[in-house]
Amino acid sequence: MTPPVHAPSSVLIWFMLCCAFWKGIRHHLNNRSAALATVGSTSGFFSIEVALEESMTHRISVTVNGTRSEHEVEARLLLVQYLRDVLGLTGTHIGCETSLCGACTVLVDGEAVKSCTMLAVQADGLAVTTIEGLAAQAGMDLHPIQEAFWECHGLQCGFCTPGMILLSAQILARDPNPSESKIRHELEGNLCRCTGYQHIVDAIQYASKKSGSRDSSPRG
Amino acid sequence: MTTKYVGARQKRTEDPRLIQGLGHYVDDIKPADSLEVVFVRSVYAHAKILSIETEAAKQLPGVIAIYTGQDIAGKIGSVPCASAIEGLKIPPHPCLAVGKVRYVGEPVAAVVARNKQVARDTALLVGLECDPLEAVVDPEKAAEKSAPLVHEEYLDNIAYRWQLSGGDIEKAFREADRAIKTRIVHQRLIPAAMEPRGVQARWLPGEKELTLWSSTQIPHLLRTQIALMLGLAENRVRVITPEVGGGFGSKLNVYGEEALMGWISMQLGRPVKWMETRRENFQATIHGRGQTGEIEAAVKNDGTLLGLRYRIFADLGAYHQLLTPAIPTLTGLMLSGAYKLPSCLMDVTGVFTNKVATDAYRGAGRPEATYAIERIVDVVAHELKMDPAEIRRKNFPKPADFPYSTATGLVYDSGNYEPALDLALKRAGYRALRDEQARRRKDPKAKLLGVGLSSYVEICALGPSQAMPAGGWESATVRVEPTGKVTVLTGASPHGQGQETSFAQIAADELGVDLNDVLVIHGDTAIVQYGIGTFGSRATAVGGTAVYYAIQKLKDKALKIAAHMMGTEDGRVRFESGRFVDVKDSSKGLTIQQVAGESYNAKNIPPDSEPGLSATYFFEPKNFTFPFGTHVCVVEIDRETGEYEIIKYVAVDDCGKVINPMLVDGQIQGGIVQGLGQAMLEEAVYDESGQLVTGEFMDYAMPRAHNFPRFELDRTETPTDVNPLGVKGVGEAGTIGSTPALVNAVVDALAHWGVRNIDMPLRPEKIWKLIPREP
Repeated sequence: MTPPVHAPSSVLIWFMLCCAFWKGIRHHLNNRSAALATVGSTSGFFSIEVALEESMTHRISVTVNGTRSEHEVEARLLLVQYLRDVLGLTGTHIGCETSLCGACTVLVDGEAVKSCTMLAVQADGLAVTTIEGLAAQAGMDLHPIQEAFWECHGLQCGFCTPGMILLSAQILARDPNPSESKIRHELEGNLCRCTGYQHIVDAIQYASKKSGSRDSSPRG
Repeated sequence: MTTKYVGARQKRTEDPRLIQGLGHYVDDIKPADSLEVVFVRSVYAHAKILSIETEAAKQLPGVIAIYTGQDIAGKIGSVPCASAIEGLKIPPHPCLAVGKVRYVGEPVAAVVARNKQVARDTALLVGLECDPLEAVVDPEKAAEKSAPLVHEEYLDNIAYRWQLSGGDIEKAFREADRAIKTRIVHQRLIPAAMEPRGVQARWLPGEKELTLWSSTQIPHLLRTQIALMLGLAENRVRVITPEVGGGFGSKLNVYGEEALMGWISMQLGRPVKWMETRRENFQATIHGRGQTGEIEAAVKNDGTLLGLRYRIFADLGAYHQLLTPAIPTLTGLMLSGAYKLPSCLMDVTGVFTNKVATDAYRGAGRPEATYAIERIVDVVAHELKMDPAEIRRKNFPKPADFPYSTATGLVYDSGNYEPALDLALKRAGYRALRDEQARRRKDPKAKLLGVGLSSYVEICALGPSQAMPAGGWESATVRVEPTGKVTVLTGASPHGQGQETSFAQIAADELGVDLNDVLVIHGDTAIVQYGIGTFGSRATAVGGTAVYYAIQKLKDKALKIAAHMMGTEDGRVRFESGRFVDVKDSSKGLTIQQVAGESYNAKNIPPDSEPGLSATYFFEPKNFTFPFGTHVCVVEIDRETGEYEIIKYVAVDDCGKVINPMLVDGQIQGGIVQGLGQAMLEEAVYDESGQLVTGEFMDYAMPRAHNFPRFELDRTETPTDVNPLGVKGVGEAGTIGSTPALVNAVVDALAHWGVRNIDMPLRPEKIWKLIPREP
């Protein structure tokens, strides 16, 4: 008896291809062949060779941490894979494949997005900020939120940390003075297994206070 | 010695790279010519393998090789099990399945390709043809004679039976006024470190050297085992532990994939990378807990405990991993808990099931013990209508009883349990809570209030080598470089615990140098002397002590050099306030940096002294350590829905002396949340056919920030004399204390209706069903 081959990846691929179509991404249909094609990278250090049965690559232009670069990518390439494997920005981490852990959180046009839920082609023309670019964006060595995580021991193993920090940037951008209860609810989408969250909450409150917009009201 | 750093809330030296995303975890190690490996895993829980078809898959462009169990037979050793229990059945554990598959997720084939996309596409084309067999999932059913055999070479699925007894348990039950029992279920848990497992392997054919970057907790032990499994010389295998994104015991292991990756790199002469997906992590990384049974207490009517008898089935899984059978024995060792228990009996039946192996997971056998004890103590308290705090107090050993010898054969190093209990009750406002609870019980509209206590003692700082499978010591080398910088090489293997900072705190104080001049290195077997690794809350208590003793050796040598440099005798020199001073003329003094410089320059050192300034120490602890504490958990339950909320949580923990209070708080908070995760949310579920139903984070409820209030932490400090630092260890204590506190609180809220037990996880539905309704 031959079992049905468990194939979540191919279902996901088809789902994402359909998504790409409905988002109205322009296709550049070229090079339909079974040959190997090379996708270049800005640094030249990382290269992905892609075997394409039916190749459909798309030229995308994404501004990441202030630098605009162009690449040919497969439709199914996730934004997190683009950041890590094509651009070599490995600070954004992969913790799951179901968009539930938040380790892959980046800012896309200023909004916190789980980069495993976006295709690289969907980032065409957009601006992405990763953990590596957060401080420079603020024009300093360390962003106040990074300082806060350091001060408050808001990290232990560090794997969830880049995602937590970028999510925290959004939390404080939307509400510079959030209550503890609100912070805890805003953190719902991001998992941490090490800290038990309390020092992460402390870090966000610390960053809020440091930015001067916190009054002396009790933690709520 | 000046105390500037030890005891202080010191920011971590690890953090700058991690908060900037500049750390290197194993998936960030990318040799340019590395290939990618994806494993094909069984979708059956139990089946005969008929064929593994790889021809179609091999045609895909970009595929380099596909290996199955036949390809590696006789070439890679069994995945090791280090447990040595008398009569233990240890079945062969191949790195790729041969003949049968025995759990969902068991690796069946390894696909090697140019990149991950091709490897994943290829894995889908590998045809695994199987003849399914009946799976055994429930350990009690699996233990029956008629159950299908997981391993056909044995007559049944019982891997071992183990008993530990102390005192006269039969006498205890004869003399008891009452025998009170309760069911105890420890559901399987997924450790779910945020970083899944991964390996980057690189074989250099010319040098005949294998390097494995692996997300592991035990680099040196892993090196030894991989060398044995692959038939390589141990000193030609290098294990490098990069940043590790959490372990919690799940990476205290030797996995088949680690050896396979090394072997594949050797076959191809190319580096190869494998990163576990989260789904693989759920299926094929070890699970925690997995014990079911019943605990029975022999008690007097005044609440005195005479004995505890605890019988369990341990759900081991289909194969043993490194410590699988040993974990329930730690439960037996700690059956005395925080109490003067004259007699005890622990009875374990370890059973093979068609699931992935269970093994060490934060607490590793001790949460199981504390939970059973703290639950039965509460059941007894309710039965005898005694206050749960008072029954605990009554049975605590007193300070004069320490070092305290337990009926299980342990000697608790130090302890003073009553002050911790009193402090926790005071911080919680215990009396007021009981009054409020009584008031609400009379008001059918009020939310129910429950107060749960947990007074725990745990065994950690593992441990004396006699009791440890591969040695329990820890090593350190400390050297002062020619320019005065200090380098500490520790055999501990931190993965978030912060020893790069805390060991630097110790070294900076001991040597009178600035913290930022101390570099702590770990995790590379080519750089660091042999070490045992980090698990069992041992890094500071055992590893930190090794650092301390290495520094004393180093200072002894430095003192002789300093005396010689100052033209005086050794006996006139002391190390004070960061300098070696001549006691007769303290204006004359030398820093350790000055001494170091001369030790390498070697023009003015004693004639019988070696040049250089470096010392190594291997510290063998003479006992475990026994941290303790009391947690108080207060819950409010909605009568209409069974939903509950923790409205207050107080933890008073005693881990001996504290090197860095911020790190200790972090460990306790993280530990509490993991323990509450088990109590409230988490459960790894296999259905009757052995399918892992909770296969991703979508199905497995992980604790999140909004599930908890702010915890109130406090401490007592009862040092240990097991090590000169007075440190006990704290990594697992929070987890051990918290699980029963929550369950006791919820049961307590319903106790006036006769509720005595609810199995974990405490889902609102379970609670709702127990609340009496209007007919």
